[in-house]
Parts: sequence; structure tokens; C-alpha cells
Amino acid sequence: MANKKKKLLQGNGACVEGAIYAGMTFYAGYPITPSTEIAEGCAKILPKLGGRFIQMEDEIASIAAIIGASITGHKAFTGTSGPGYSLMSESLGYAYMTETPIVVVNVQRGGPSTGLPTKVGQADTMQARWGTHGDYNAIAIAPSTVGECLTETIRAFNLAERFRTPVTVLLDEVMGHMREIIELPEKGDHEVFDRVKPTAKPEDFEAFEMTDNLVSPMPSYGEGYRYNVTGLTHDVHGFSTNRTDETIMKLDKLYNKIEHFKDEIFKSRVELVDDADVIFISYGTVSRAALQAMQIARKAGAKVGSIQLYTIWPFDYEMIKRATKNCKKVIVAEMNMGQICHEVQKVLDPSIKLETVQRYDGEIITPMELLEKLEEVL
Amino acid sequence: MSKLLDKIEIPKDRFEIRLSGSGGQGMIFGSVVLCEAIGQSGNKSVVQSQSYGPEARGGASKADVVISDNEIYYPKAMKLDLLLAMTQESLDKYYGDLKDHGVLIIDTSLVTEIPTEEFYGIEFTRLARNEIGSIVVSNVMALGAICALTGLFTKEALTEAVLARAPRGTEERNTKAIEIGYAEALKIKKD
Repeated sequence: MANKKKKLLQGNGACVEGAIYAGMTFYAGYPITPSTEIAEGCAKILPKLGGRFIQMEDEIASIAAIIGASITGHKAFTGTSGPGYSLMSESLGYAYMTETPIVVVNVQRGGPSTGLPTKVGQADTMQARWGTHGDYNAIAIAPSTVGECLTETIRAFNLAERFRTPVTVLLDEVMGHMREIIELPEKGDHEVFDRVKPTAKPEDFEAFEMTDNLVSPMPSYGEGYRYNVTGLTHDVHGFSTNRTDETIMKLDKLYNKIEHFKDEIFKSRVELVDDADVIFISYGTVSRAALQAMQIARKAGAKVGSIQLYTIWPFDYEMIKRATKNCKKVIVAEMNMGQICHEVQKVLDPSIKLETVQRYDGEIITPMELLEKLEEVL
Repeated sequence: MSKLLDKIEIPKDRFEIRLSGSGGQGMIFGSVVLCEAIGQSGNKSVVQSQSYGPEARGGASKADVVISDNEIYYPKAMKLDLLLAMTQESLDKYYGDLKDHGVLIIDTSLVTEIPTEEFYGIEFTRLARNEIGSIVVSNVMALGAICALTGLFTKEALTEAVLARAPRGTEERNTKAIEIGYAEALKIKKD
């Protein structure tokens, strides 16, 4: 087999490559550090492919534009950072409610507010689950290498299309700007999932009909199927309702279409946990420090394992429970004041002690810091 | 179990480089070109990362490149195998991160206080100004020196990578800068 094309890419650039591979044809966004290279990359490449790039007046308009584009049949994409993600929160709710597939990359920097524009953080982790108001289920994933920025963005589009829902890809400043040489995939290397289209006649069509997997087929506007799109709680035709039974049906559908099929969404890397006394739990860039610390500590004779979460939301409580059952302590490492550690605590056996390494000064957690913590708790 | 920290060692399969200077000296550009030259010279894993402030000129600037035959976990440098210091400030700041007997390359036209005898001194900025007529290529000249001193990549791969990224009309200056850096380094190279 011929050698694959290799390219030195930033994490942000790899997200663009992944989105294009997945069939993304519409990007609307407002540039913000440290995500700007995503907008730049899309601006460069989309017009050549017959797609559309629009720089909007702000992030509120950007997400509204990609929701509209998705409803007309495009795979639609935007990139931003914390301040922009906050502005998008209201319309993210609209996308959850209207069951519109979109992909949003949040390249996290220091917060709150405009915070530390050029520095790294992971403090939007809970926001990716609970950012908009109301009851809903969310999908968020976190790559840790440039190659994974590409493949996880493909996965994000597949999940968005499969579940008819927004998907957040959580990067951080280091991940977005880091460069690595990666192999560019060829057609057929990765599965690409397209949304299921209706087969019913237009006059029999119910836009939000109940199906076995709770996801309704989605026509594109202009294909002859008529339905109403609203953020109000709605019936199977999309018309607003106050009926209690229809309200329960809608919210259960939103929640359970993900909850009942979460095994399709979970993804983690579990290393050397079986005999481990201490297990690191981490995600995103921090996982690379954790794997490094694990490798160094193992060489020095310490029994250490690592759990890396690629899927953050929905949270894989059962996997955490299983993988930690033989250990004495876990160390949750994250670049915030403690977010995922609370999810881990919920399922940890009471005999296992939860330790944390947290950093929120705009710098990355280093393997040395993790090894020092290890020394302290071993 | 205790005293873990006494027993640990930085993995030997990593070669860690830091290019440091002040903003505008092209350290980040240099690190990107370095990665591409290494990429063209073999099948190694390479990770480049950088730290920068909001300003475009001035201030400290550094870029790390980690090279390995294996999967690279931590993307930033832990203990440097090679440090390029283009300013006094960057040498003062990062000298402590260099391994014992690590390769230290210093622009001796700008750096005067050097805490060790064990270094390669080349007057990159002065040579760039006098021989080429532009200090802008001092970073590329330093890459030529790194090429000669480490053998991590070939001079041809470096030239190709620089010319692919450098603006049109600068080909001659850049090629000459690589040649000078390479030749100066060979003159002082120890075995």
C-alpha cells in the first residue's frame, strides 16, 4: 500500500481536516483566540469545495446560522473559546430542543469571562454538560493528540448525525496550538455517518415521530416535507404544546435517545489498572502528562495506572467503577478547580481515596507534578 | 513505598529541543521548520508546542520540539537535550532546564554572560547582518547549526522545509544562512 500523505498540523487545523472528512459543508463563526485557526482553515478550504464560510457578527449569530444550515441539510460546524461558548449557550438549548445536529469546538482558555486569552484551561467541562437551561442530555468529547483532533471531530459529526443533537468537542489552548506530524486519512479509512432521512410520504410525515432508537428521521428543508421548528415544547409535528403527556414524551425522548444508547458514545483509554495501587483519571491534554507520569513511575517500580476519558459526556460511571475496583487511590488531574473529580467521587467505592491535582493558573499540568502527588499518596 | 522521586528518570527515547529568544526572532517559525525537516528525514514522532503572550514583538518567546521513535506522551520538554538561546534573558531563564552535558547553542553576538564552559557559541545575529545583510535570517542560520551539530535531519531537508515556508524572494538569503550556520557549527563541533 502506498504511503499515506503526512502533514504537520496544529490541533485546530486537524479539527478542520476532520470536519471536511466527515462531510462538513457549512461553517459560521466569530474568530477568538485560541480557536482562530479553525475559522481560518475553514475560510481557506470551504469555498474551494463548494461549501460556505461565513464570518458572523458574533457567536450568537454564528450558532443560529449553523442551526439553520443544518436544518437545510448541511453538516454544520463552528469553533470558539469559552467566551463565545457562553454566548452560544442559549441557542445550544434551541439545537437540543429542535434536535438539530451541529458540532461546536470549544478550545478552552482561562476563565471566567475573557480570562486568559492565550493560556490553557479545562474549566468549561461542566458547562459542556449543563451550559444551557432545562433538562436535556449532552454529548462532549475530548481529544489529546493532533491525530485525535482529526478523528474525534469525525466522531463528533457522526454522533451529532446519529443522535440528532449538538456535540461539543473540548480542546484546550495547548491542544489547539500544538503541532504534530499526522497521517491524513483516505476515503474509507473512517466511517462517516449521515442523518437518516424520512421514507414516509410527505402527507404522512411526523417530524418528531417516536422510533425504536428515539431518533426521528430528518428531512432537509426544501425536500417537500413540512414541519414546524420551535424551541417551545412541541408535539410530533413540531407544534407547541402544553399537554403534560406530550411534554413528558418530548423530554424523555431528548434524554433517553442518548441515555439508552450511551454505549455507542463511550470511549476511554484504560492502561495498566488491574494491578495498580493508584490510578490517574484525566482527559484532554492532561492525559498526556498522566500517561507520561505512569510510564516513569512504572519504570521506578510503582504500580500506577491511567484512565483517559475521550467521551466526557455522557459520563461513563460504570467504567470508572469497574476500572478502579482493585486500586487504593485515584488521582483526578484537571486544569480547573475541580469538575470531573465530583463525577468520579459519585461512583468511587468508599474504601478508595480520591486525590486531586488541579491547576488553574493558565499553565499545563506537568508529569513532575503528578509524580510529586504520587510520592505523597503512595 | 516511598522515595519514588529518587528513583525516577526521564525516558531516554525522547530528544527534547527548546528554541528560545525574544518575540520577533522567529523561534516559533524555526520550530515549525525544524519539525518539517525531521518529518522529511524519517519516521519519527514529533510534537511542537509554544508559549507566547499577547504581544507580537518583544517579550520572551520559546518553542519546544520533542522527537521520539515511540509514541510521545507529554508534549512539552521535561529536561532539555538541546537549548538554543538567542538572548541573555532566554539563556538565564532556561539554562536550568538543560540536561547535564546537553547541547547548548548560544548567539554569542547577543549573549555575554554564560554560566558554563560547555557550549557552542556562534555569532548568528552578527553573521546574519554582516554576511547576508539582514538579521531576520539569524533563526534559520541557527537551524543550520543545529543540523550540523545533531544530525537529526539533513541539510537538504532543512533547506526544502525553510524554502516551502519562507516568503518569495528570500530563497537566496535563507539558503545562504543555512550554509553559514552549518559551516560555522562544523568548525567548532566536538566529537
